[in-house]
Amino acid sequence: MADSAHSHTAGAHAPGGSRRDFLVIAGNALLGVGAACTVWPLITSMNPARDVLAAGAPIDVDLSSLQPGQQVLVIWRSRPIFIVHRTPAELTKLQSSADTGLLRDPNSDVLQQPPYATNWHRSIKPEYLVLVGICTHLGCIPEFTPQPGGSLGPAWPGGYFCPCHGSRYDLSGRVFSGVPAPYNLPVPPHHFINDTTVRIGENPPNSTFDFDSIEQI
Amino acid sequence: MAVSQNKLVQWIDRRLPVFTYLDHELNEYPTPKNLNYWWNFGSLAGVMLVIMIATGIFLAMQYDPNAGDAFQSVERIMREVNYGWLIRYIHMNGASFFFIVVYIHLFRGLYYGSYKAPRELLWMLGVVIVLLMMATAFMGYVLPWGQMSFWGATVITNLFSAIPGVGKDIVTWLWGGFAVGNPTLNRFFALHYLLPFVILGVVILHILALHQHGSNNPLGIDRKGPQDSVPFHPYYTYKDMFGLSVFLIVFAIVVFYFPNLLAEPQNYIPANPMQTPPEIVPDWYLLSFYAILRSIPNKLLGVCALFGAIFILFLVPWLDTSKVRSAYFRPVYKWVFWLLVIDAFVLGDVGAHRPEGWWIVIGRIGTFYYFFHFIVLMPFIGWFERPLPLPPSIAEAVLKKRGGAPVGAAATRAKP
Repeated sequence: MADSAHSHTAGAHAPGGSRRDFLVIAGNALLGVGAACTVWPLITSMNPARDVLAAGAPIDVDLSSLQPGQQVLVIWRSRPIFIVHRTPAELTKLQSSADTGLLRDPNSDVLQQPPYATNWHRSIKPEYLVLVGICTHLGCIPEFTPQPGGSLGPAWPGGYFCPCHGSRYDLSGRVFSGVPAPYNLPVPPHHFINDTTVRIGENPPNSTFDFDSIEQI
Repeated sequence: MAVSQNKLVQWIDRRLPVFTYLDHELNEYPTPKNLNYWWNFGSLAGVMLVIMIATGIFLAMQYDPNAGDAFQSVERIMREVNYGWLIRYIHMNGASFFFIVVYIHLFRGLYYGSYKAPRELLWMLGVVIVLLMMATAFMGYVLPWGQMSFWGATVITNLFSAIPGVGKDIVTWLWGGFAVGNPTLNRFFALHYLLPFVILGVVILHILALHQHGSNNPLGIDRKGPQDSVPFHPYYTYKDMFGLSVFLIVFAIVVFYFPNLLAEPQNYIPANPMQTPPEIVPDWYLLSFYAILRSIPNKLLGVCALFGAIFILFLVPWLDTSKVRSAYFRPVYKWVFWLLVIDAFVLGDVGAHRPEGWWIVIGRIGTFYYFFHFIVLMPFIGWFERPLPLPPSIAEAVLKKRGGAPVGAAATRAKP
């Protein structure tokens, strides 16, 4: 900034830069560091505060009253979490090639679930499915539509239908081909602390899965 | 002359001459060469305004302007939000430092006669800024919704009930209810966010008015030619930056080591509309005016005196009848000025104490003297005082003081 006013009075430039050049560069560098240190607290104050982070602690859900075919919706980290108790018939259907042929990523190759849920039922226990209920297209909440057929056509095997832009997922949260959503619904870290109580937000003891590493919520 | 070698800057400047304008107003801008450190406080006030707006915007992102949640949300800022304590302490103490800077700036103007022709509007715009600052600071003080916030708001809004006839209706209108409550807090938050930008607008007018005739100076005589001036940059940009560094060190010491030095403990108790604290005091920067309010035993006259104490500053350019600007050459006014400074401090002390015993007497004497200074002393001293002879020019006065250095550009060639 200062150069235009008195560059002609700065005197002869020694080869490799004068003492003034050094002072100007060092001064501006220090000014830059100071500006960064000033701006940092302001910017980082917009990050989740400590109480918000504390509210993201794991939650326990009692599943003893959840009947086969039912879904409950709980909230973890401000997000809807679907917990489904799937019937044996639905579990059979998840493995039939007629239905998996309709899917974009039937084997859950994309990292949208922890390694312990990377299987055909995308869960720890086959009957209990835990999903983050946010459409991977633009963030709406897909509707639980377990009945096959109906208004979604004769080929509909039952699953999730997103009312915003028509994305479809099966009862493992796997996305169909030919819909706007690109990825399967995410599976959050979870494990069973006893037969009927699931803890959402915490990995099983032998896993170090980082939920932030998934492709997309 | 091109303002920059940069092609992009030249391209823009040819179409929108902002760079030429800035170069003209900040770089070439001729400034009296004899400004002392009291002239640093104008730019310091500008920096404080920027600091207050910047921290305020980030506080507003976390603050909850609801009577049920406001106190908790401020405590949440202090405990949970990343660096929330730092941002709030800067903002809270920043208000005090803003007033320190502006009051020094104001008394500087009074001492050196910076309000005299042709700078009357410059001065009056400054008084408008002080008024807006007081309103903004008062409403900001209400936002944490502590005991002092609530009862301060109650007392200050009740001042308007002194207006004959419509007073009660005005107060209800101000509150949006039958007492200070949630609607009051909501509107104070809205206005507390708005007014700083109004201040910013008036500051721009203040600077426009300043640059029309340039800064006054300690001698109070006009610049007569280039030998009396130096370009604003680098001479005063660097002097201002040096002053800013010293100021920020003091500011940082308070923010980091004594953040509650000027805070009122009562305001860390949540607002309770059913219990008034034993004593209600405003922040220190309003104490002098609070003392004037309480010194007058009549409610309406007290309110008139409170507002009159500020509004009388608008008339100062015409109350002062002396042709000489700087008190440096005014043997009588020079001392009277310091009596006014002492009076302001005494009134501040009175405002901090319960109106009992001697404090009432001192408050009344101080209030009387405050108005006596402006209404009687200022015009009469101007008529009777015989000022010292003024130096022929700034350059000559400066060189004489330095022991008769050779006339010419020696001083202007000094290293920045």
